[in-house]
Amino acid sequence: MDKIVCACGNVNPAGTELCESCGRPLTEETKEKKIVDMRYEGSARRSQTYNKTIIDKVWNFFSSVKVGMWIIVAILIAAAIGTILPQVFYVPATNETDIAAYYQRVYGGFGTLYYKLGLSDLYSSWWFQVLVGMLGISLVIASLDRVIPLYKSLKKQKTKRHLSFLKRQRIFGMGKSDVTEESLLKTEEKLKELKYNIKREGNAILAERGRFSRWGPYVNHLGLIIFLFGVMLRALPGFYVDETMWLREGETLYVPETDGYFLESKEFIYETYSKEESKEVYGDAIDRVGTIAKNYQTDVSLYKGPEDSVAGHTEDLKFEKEASIQVNKPIKFDNFSVFQMDFRLDELATMTFQLQDKETQQSFGEFTIDLADPQPFYELDEGYKVEVMDYYADFTGFEEGVPQSQSPLPNNPAFLIKMYSPEFPKGETSFVMIKETVEPLGVNQHKIAFQSVETRDVSGLTVRKDLTLPLLALGGLIFMIGVAQGSYWNHRRIWIQLSEDGQTVVAAHTNKNWLSVKRDLDKVTEVAHLPKYLDQQDIDSLEEKVDKEEGV
Amino acid sequence: MAQSKKRRFYMRTAILAVLVVAIVFTVYSNLNKEKNAVLQVGDKAPDFVLVDMDGTERRLSDYKGQGVFLNFWGTWCKPCAKEMPAMDNQYGEYANKGVQTLAINIGESDLKVNSFSNRYGLTFPIAIDRNKSVMESYNIDPLPTTFLINPEGKIEKIIKGEMTEEDIANFMDQIKPS
Amino acid sequence: MDMASLSSTLLFIAFVAYLVATFLFGGAVKSSNAESTKSFDRWGKLAITVTIIGFIANLGYFITRWIAAGHAPVSNLFEFTAAFGMMIVGAFILIYFIYKAPALGLFALPIALLIIAYASMFPKEITPLIPALKSYWLTIHVITAAMGEAILAISAVAGFIYLLKNIDLTKRSKERFWIEAVMYVLVLVVGFVVASLSFYLVNYNAEYNYISKDETQHTIVYTMPALFGMNESEAITDGAFEPLVEMPPLVNAKKLTTVVWSVLFGTVIYVLLRLILRKRISTVLQPLTKKSNSQLMDEIGYRSVLIGFPVFTLGALIFAMIWAHEAWSRFWGWDPKEVWALITFLFYAVFLHLRLSKGWEGKKSAWIALIGFIIIMFNLIAVNLILAGLHSYA
Repeated sequence: MDKIVCACGNVNPAGTELCESCGRPLTEETKEKKIVDMRYEGSARRSQTYNKTIIDKVWNFFSSVKVGMWIIVAILIAAAIGTILPQVFYVPATNETDIAAYYQRVYGGFGTLYYKLGLSDLYSSWWFQVLVGMLGISLVIASLDRVIPLYKSLKKQKTKRHLSFLKRQRIFGMGKSDVTEESLLKTEEKLKELKYNIKREGNAILAERGRFSRWGPYVNHLGLIIFLFGVMLRALPGFYVDETMWLREGETLYVPETDGYFLESKEFIYETYSKEESKEVYGDAIDRVGTIAKNYQTDVSLYKGPEDSVAGHTEDLKFEKEASIQVNKPIKFDNFSVFQMDFRLDELATMTFQLQDKETQQSFGEFTIDLADPQPFYELDEGYKVEVMDYYADFTGFEEGVPQSQSPLPNNPAFLIKMYSPEFPKGETSFVMIKETVEPLGVNQHKIAFQSVETRDVSGLTVRKDLTLPLLALGGLIFMIGVAQGSYWNHRRIWIQLSEDGQTVVAAHTNKNWLSVKRDLDKVTEVAHLPKYLDQQDIDSLEEKVDKEEGV
Repeated sequence: MAQSKKRRFYMRTAILAVLVVAIVFTVYSNLNKEKNAVLQVGDKAPDFVLVDMDGTERRLSDYKGQGVFLNFWGTWCKPCAKEMPAMDNQYGEYANKGVQTLAINIGESDLKVNSFSNRYGLTFPIAIDRNKSVMESYNIDPLPTTFLINPEGKIEKIIKGEMTEEDIANFMDQIKPS
Repeated sequence: MDMASLSSTLLFIAFVAYLVATFLFGGAVKSSNAESTKSFDRWGKLAITVTIIGFIANLGYFITRWIAAGHAPVSNLFEFTAAFGMMIVGAFILIYFIYKAPALGLFALPIALLIIAYASMFPKEITPLIPALKSYWLTIHVITAAMGEAILAISAVAGFIYLLKNIDLTKRSKERFWIEAVMYVLVLVVGFVVASLSFYLVNYNAEYNYISKDETQHTIVYTMPALFGMNESEAITDGAFEPLVEMPPLVNAKKLTTVVWSVLFGTVIYVLLRLILRKRISTVLQPLTKKSNSQLMDEIGYRSVLIGFPVFTLGALIFAMIWAHEAWSRFWGWDPKEVWALITFLFYAVFLHLRLSKGWEGKKSAWIALIGFIIIMFNLIAVNLILAGLHSYA
């Protein structure tokens, strides 16, 4: 691992291919090439030079662009596999057995295999996360390993370069021409006009433009690293909240995970496009598709409990604001956003009944039961009264004579009711369901006749807090700046030298967009009568040239 | 030369170590996310205040120095119905030994809770969590879930699902103040 | 004339202009060499002028439809695909003014024509916006993403020309096979258009009842004779074609029928072409590329990725994330369309890195550019039609 001393006297780090100062090729391999490899200016990438310890080996592994590419390809293929069937979070099931059953039922044997292999939850699998993590390591190490030597060699580069370096540039021209000091000055002037930075050393000119674009890749990698770091932070508690809540019209509920915030739903609005009210041009589409949804909206009031309040506290709620939550328009407060995500229409809210005489249908009064808060007694006409003994919100049937309810949601309400009348002061018992009535204790004279219902809508809301967003945004911004910097600008260099034997040498290099540097050079050549250059990689033109010279 | 080599070695080791630790930590905590989000044994039990069916205000922090057997339930939930009479028996046993029982119903109506408690003749305090804020702060899913809270106000154990009378007795014993 | 029909007329004018310009570029390509620069200038100038006229008409279509609909016309499969076709022409014009390569027009315009024709096979009526799409991000995200994809597509066109020119078609080789396969796929798209148009012109319509995977009965209208029947399908229309094979509920037999008809029509057209020309299609087209400069095509291929990649990233990932955060409460949800945008991004990232390594210029790079275009088209077509997700609007 010795340093390499170039003929020009510059001491280069081991592994250097082109002298940092004058550009002479330093290795046999490089000397044999017709065009030199200008990546990283032929500098010694540090990773390639030391390979002793395990740490060095791991380091070099991640430093390699090739390895980085394979990691990207692996992520790319894995990501594609994950789209073959829907992932678990799009499957309408919540527990493991239901999910397994869903894949089996809908996608058959392949679905089961997909589920068993863990591909149905691929993006949260440990190995996928490790792959992304490895990409992160690769980004850090590969960038560190390249940006430092590149910076050094661009800083060290001399204006005057050795002929062996210039000869091996893709764009090169040499010839005896009457280039004088004056035309060199003209050249300088023209290049300045083209926004080049000019350095002059004796009879050598180095014109350089857009060097900052060389940092583009490293800037965008930095952006990506910040982005990945932000994604990583979401694993920490407190940075990220994702909850759902079902909020009924008229209900006030605590917003999960927040610091004492409550939401009250005033109204849920569901609108569709009608042919009469919307633009005429939509008519055809409405005819073809049928109903097209126009708006999902929950009108809410936001309240906050007192500062030191604890859970369960329902008094002293302070009104904060009113808002209409729509799709694309969440309500925002205190780092939280609440989104309109789902809804259920027409959940039963109240039911109205009459106490009637079974035969004559004569009514003895009407009462309305609020299903969220049924009262034990409803007083009716003089001498008539109804007692609600028990309430079954989601009635499923009797088990050993006991009525059962499978959930607290009023999907199928049933009531055990006692009817008091002057004839039956001790009451008649009736079991009232939506469409029928059971008389468990013998035949009654009176009945509870169903009159009407009122319904209310339920809004499905998502509560989200994501403190990593500013970091992600910063990462994204830096990435975009870096990409633009590296893509829309390019680093062009033009070398013009008068050698002592009266030859003029022209060479140019750019990291991308060769057309631009050729055009610049054409303009300069025109002014200063420089020798014609060749694109040594443009085989078509070279062949054409040979053809012409041979007179074909 | 040797000096810089050494420095380089430490530098690389440090960078690699930081990156690897960060990734291992992320993957590990993502895989255990569900567990992390929820309250864990050893955490301080979140304070709350609810009014019980008799109109008494029940605040968790008022029970400091006593064990609290905190049960979340619903009238429609069958395992809840099964374990509640057993809980009531043990409540009688342990109430004067410094273990208090508190049953929190999730957002049902007074009528329903009263009829339920009358049917089973329950004597321990029952409160309704009307806006589900206590349920949220304890991340309750499924019903029944029981929290054992020790005299220091820390969570001693979380039991998801039904308990037998023997279980209940053992659990209450566990949080008895010494 | 109202806005909506004016808009359709303008699209038709653009279509015809692109068709004419393709032939003019053909003329420019044939006469483009050092000796006949004058004649090249004439053909080339005419060709690009017609292209620009077409593009202006196309923009006119876009703007008038925007006014008629009250929102950017990128909200369903027809509108998006048509806009993508328009932007390919726009990207071509941009690159043409940098590099002046007529061969690019000769191949880019037919691709744009095919895409617009393909788009026109979907329901074309103006649809009102569903709540999820009601956001100014619809305009920003979709237009930027489509622009990025269109510029990236030019890279594939340049790669295609490079390959056509540099593959030795006289010898049997993998390359020769695959370049002809690309031709065949393009002919299949023509097959789809021809099949749709033929059945449309004879006004084919048949209604069937079927049982879907959630075991409920639905009605479906076939616009092509049903080769494949939906699960337990029964014809409602009298004398409807009895499906040859009935498919399980998981498979959408109507879409499968369309695909198979397109392949049938496409294959027949391809075979006919081969019989008439007595040559491979690539062999027929190869002379048109002879005068293009390989180095220039390689550079155009690279440069258009350089120009398109940042635009694509901005539109299809960054703007997409911002909008997804507003509409779906999360900036990233592993929806198939999102994942395929990420795959496209990663793929072109690989392309850019490979350009740094030795040997990944020329043919290899050209093939990668072609594959990139296939990924873009896959995301445009297959993800919407095959993989169900939040982005399926058709």
